Amino acid sequence: MKWSEFFVTGEPLIYAADVAIVLTIIGIVFVLTYFKKWKWLWDEWLTTVDHKKIGIMYIICAVLMLFRGGVDALLMRAQLTAPNMKFLDAQHYNEIFTTHGTIMILFMAMPFLIGLMNIVVPLQIGARDVAYPYLNALSFWLFFFGALLFNISFVIGGSPDAGWTAYFPLASNEFSPGVGNNYYAVALQISGIGTLMTGINFLVTILKMRAPGMTLMRMPMFTWTVLITCVIIIFAFPVFTVALALMTFDRLFGTQFFTMANGGMSMLWANLFWIWGHPEVYIVILPSFGIFSEIVSTFARKRLFGYKAMIGSIVGIAFLSFIVWVHHFFTMGAGPAVNSFFSITTMAIAIPTGVKVFNWLFTLRKGKIRFTTAMLWSLAFIPNFVIGGVTGVMLAMAAADYQYHNSYFLIGHFHYVLIAGTVFACFAGVHYWYPKMFGHLLNERLGKWAFWLFMIGFNICFFPMYFLGLMGMTRRMYTYAAGLGWTPLNVVATIGAVLMGIGFIVFCYNIYYSARYGERDMTGDPWDGRTLEWATASPPAHYNFPVVPEVTDLDAYWAMKKNGNGYEVKEEQLEPIHMPSNSGRPFLISIAFFIAGFGLVFKWFTLAIIAAIFIILGLILRSFDDDDGYYISVDEIKRTERLARKGA
Amino acid sequence: MAEAAHRYDETMPLEYRTQESRLNILGFWIFLGAEVALFATLFATYLVLFQRTGSGPTAKELFEVKDVLIETLLLLTSSFTCGLAVFEMRRGRLSGLLTWLLVTLLLGAGFITFEIREFIHYVHEGATMQTSAFLSSFFVLVGTHGAHVSLGIGWMILIIIQLLQRGLTPRTARKVFIVSLYWHFLDVVWIFIFTLVYLTGMVI
Ligand code: HEM
Ligand SMILES: [Cu+2]
Repeated sequence: MKWSEFFVTGEPLIYAADVAIVLTIIGIVFVLTYFKKWKWLWDEWLTTVDHKKIGIMYIICAVLMLFRGGVDALLMRAQLTAPNMKFLDAQHYNEIFTTHGTIMILFMAMPFLIGLMNIVVPLQIGARDVAYPYLNALSFWLFFFGALLFNISFVIGGSPDAGWTAYFPLASNEFSPGVGNNYYAVALQISGIGTLMTGINFLVTILKMRAPGMTLMRMPMFTWTVLITCVIIIFAFPVFTVALALMTFDRLFGTQFFTMANGGMSMLWANLFWIWGHPEVYIVILPSFGIFSEIVSTFARKRLFGYKAMIGSIVGIAFLSFIVWVHHFFTMGAGPAVNSFFSITTMAIAIPTGVKVFNWLFTLRKGKIRFTTAMLWSLAFIPNFVIGGVTGVMLAMAAADYQYHNSYFLIGHFHYVLIAGTVFACFAGVHYWYPKMFGHLLNERLGKWAFWLFMIGFNICFFPMYFLGLMGMTRRMYTYAAGLGWTPLNVVATIGAVLMGIGFIVFCYNIYYSARYGERDMTGDPWDGRTLEWATASPPAHYNFPVVPEVTDLDAYWAMKKNGNGYEVKEEQLEPIHMPSNSGRPFLISIAFFIAGFGLVFKWFTLAIIAAIFIILGLILRSFDDDDGYYISVDEIKRTERLARKGA
Repeated sequence: MAEAAHRYDETMPLEYRTQESRLNILGFWIFLGAEVALFATLFATYLVLFQRTGSGPTAKELFEVKDVLIETLLLLTSSFTCGLAVFEMRRGRLSGLLTWLLVTLLLGAGFITFEIREFIHYVHEGATMQTSAFLSSFFVLVGTHGAHVSLGIGWMILIIIQLLQRGLTPRTARKVFIVSLYWHFLDVVWIFIFTLVYLTGMVI
């Protein structure tokens, strides 16, 4: 392979990116060295097994990926603003919409939510960590290096360009030569392993590590949604693992799974992909529902309306999510019986979803509503998401879908559910739990600016797309002719996209601004919260709770506050606390995964095998490791707690 | 993991005594749930593709009864001896445990040897992973199972070493128990492979 093939060349945008990447790396190395922070980085972050720090790292990565995916989006909107634009060529456009979709779903939405659940779930259930802290670190680093591998594709070797759905035969060697789709197959595989382990980890954590008194029916709604999401992950991700493995075999070793000759079946890919893919969209929406439920109930100062109905509908949605996948390819002609079946199951999802919407509305009814930024995001979610859901039901009518399918109408639908659902939830969750993560609040004024800019921009950007779709504009086209009448709405959409970009910048500025000037959270309970995460300090000591709280009610902390003085710790109650030790191995094993993955992408099998040996070595070392963790002495807990209280 | 020592429970079998062990065993059961989904997908793929033989041989023309029967016998027996190993562990007998683990391991290695022979034989007949969709799905399904068994063998060796070094402790007992779950699971998968792939293939 020639160097000119190894590095992507010939595009001014790419050269600019090359320069930016090199400068960033130099900058980071310089800052770390200058401020002597290497040891700090290693001790506090790279080797940590603390769920709160892991959660923060997930969120930082997810925000970076939101930036990357957002830049992709703005490039696409720039190209589509006017007819016959020459800003991007067809190939470059293909690459950009592929990386945009893949990154937003797998490296932004899911990690963002996994980050929030890392931070919040153990606190909400009164636990000191997750069930398998070491595995948790490994999950994170596999996600991290999977994302890194995927992201370097655009400067090294070339990006995937067959869409985030990577349909065959388009994604085969024949029609997608080059390494782009190898990156897709391998990078998603690596981060997918991490996701599967997260699913197992949190399922066990929630089932087995709840504080005494917290029965399943006293669990906060966010924890409930995470529990069900874990079940979906555990049954959906293995399907993706297999699909990606078969893709890898087809592309690297010439097998015939999805080929056009020798019996291969390209539709098999579409089926496998969506058997995972549809549950995947629920993996990113259920925790979002949980976040909104927490926020709505806190800021309406009311217990969540219809708690049991809420749980019933999550379980129903989780079940249905596995039997609707064919709605993504009604037009491939499976026949009326099959299409009707999947049409009906799909529409049925609207029922439990509708139940939830009414539950939120009734929670709000007669509540003493406080319009904080987190609450604004949650309130905006309801009508916007309903628009997405209603258009979803329109798409679910198989016959009508022949018109809507793969048009901008579809683009409108899934952005209304994914942005108004998941992205709003991420913003809402970050504003809500930010004090718990960092000990200070995000500025409300800037937060509201970001909210309004983003929310209005979102509607300006995506609402016209429904009409563009009805006017015949199909998705994934890189340019269009002038006389079609699509230009005005495309201009409007681009304006909306720019507003969303500005909203994002304001959000990032808010992080910086609040770090310097933000209001400190001395109480640990800035919102007058209802669940256990607000009982402990902000940020919590790394053992979370000096004494494991006793739960007597749903809204455990609210009950403590109403029936007494909240969560009080007497020094006599303290006992030594057992905590897991840090380990650098998850980080190192994941680097080996990265190198092995890189080797596979370029078919440098020797490199891949050497790296694989290091992976196995890491696992062997883990097996022989009998580190049992360590104890925090009562004296040390006392000191930590007194310091925390002195702050108050 | 927190409070590991606090929740030590004398009344339970050795492998369940610490909180950490109980969590790990539950987690492993759930992991096996994910493995079920994984193999189910591979089986579904195989069933969709198995009559799509292209220009290559069909299942009926290809499969070797003798090797497959020997493989089946070896693996089923190894599942039994693995059960005996756990039985000995429950009785607190390290030497019995080690012996049966070793037997299990050898039977597993025998299984792999015959499987490799079988694969080599097919390849010599010109039936490779690249020949047809049927063969791709056959090799990947059966090969994935074989890779699991090989991994299990390596894992068992590690555990035997740890048993020799450390004796029977709550930790080593848990590891034996978990690897036995894994081994029985692979046995169950093989039964499905045997019926859905080989028996069905030789009839249809
Ligand atoms: C009432 C609930 C919903 C219904 C009835 C529904 C229905 C549909 C249908 C029928 C399609 C396929 C249309 C086509 O390709 O022609 C579709 C696509 C899609 N939906 Fe939904 N949906 C619902 C909720 C959601 C939610 C909650 C999410 C994610 C958070 C979501 C994400 C997507 C995505 C990403 C696609 C398109 C994927 C692609 O082709 O690239 N949907 N939906
Ligand atoms: Cu779907």
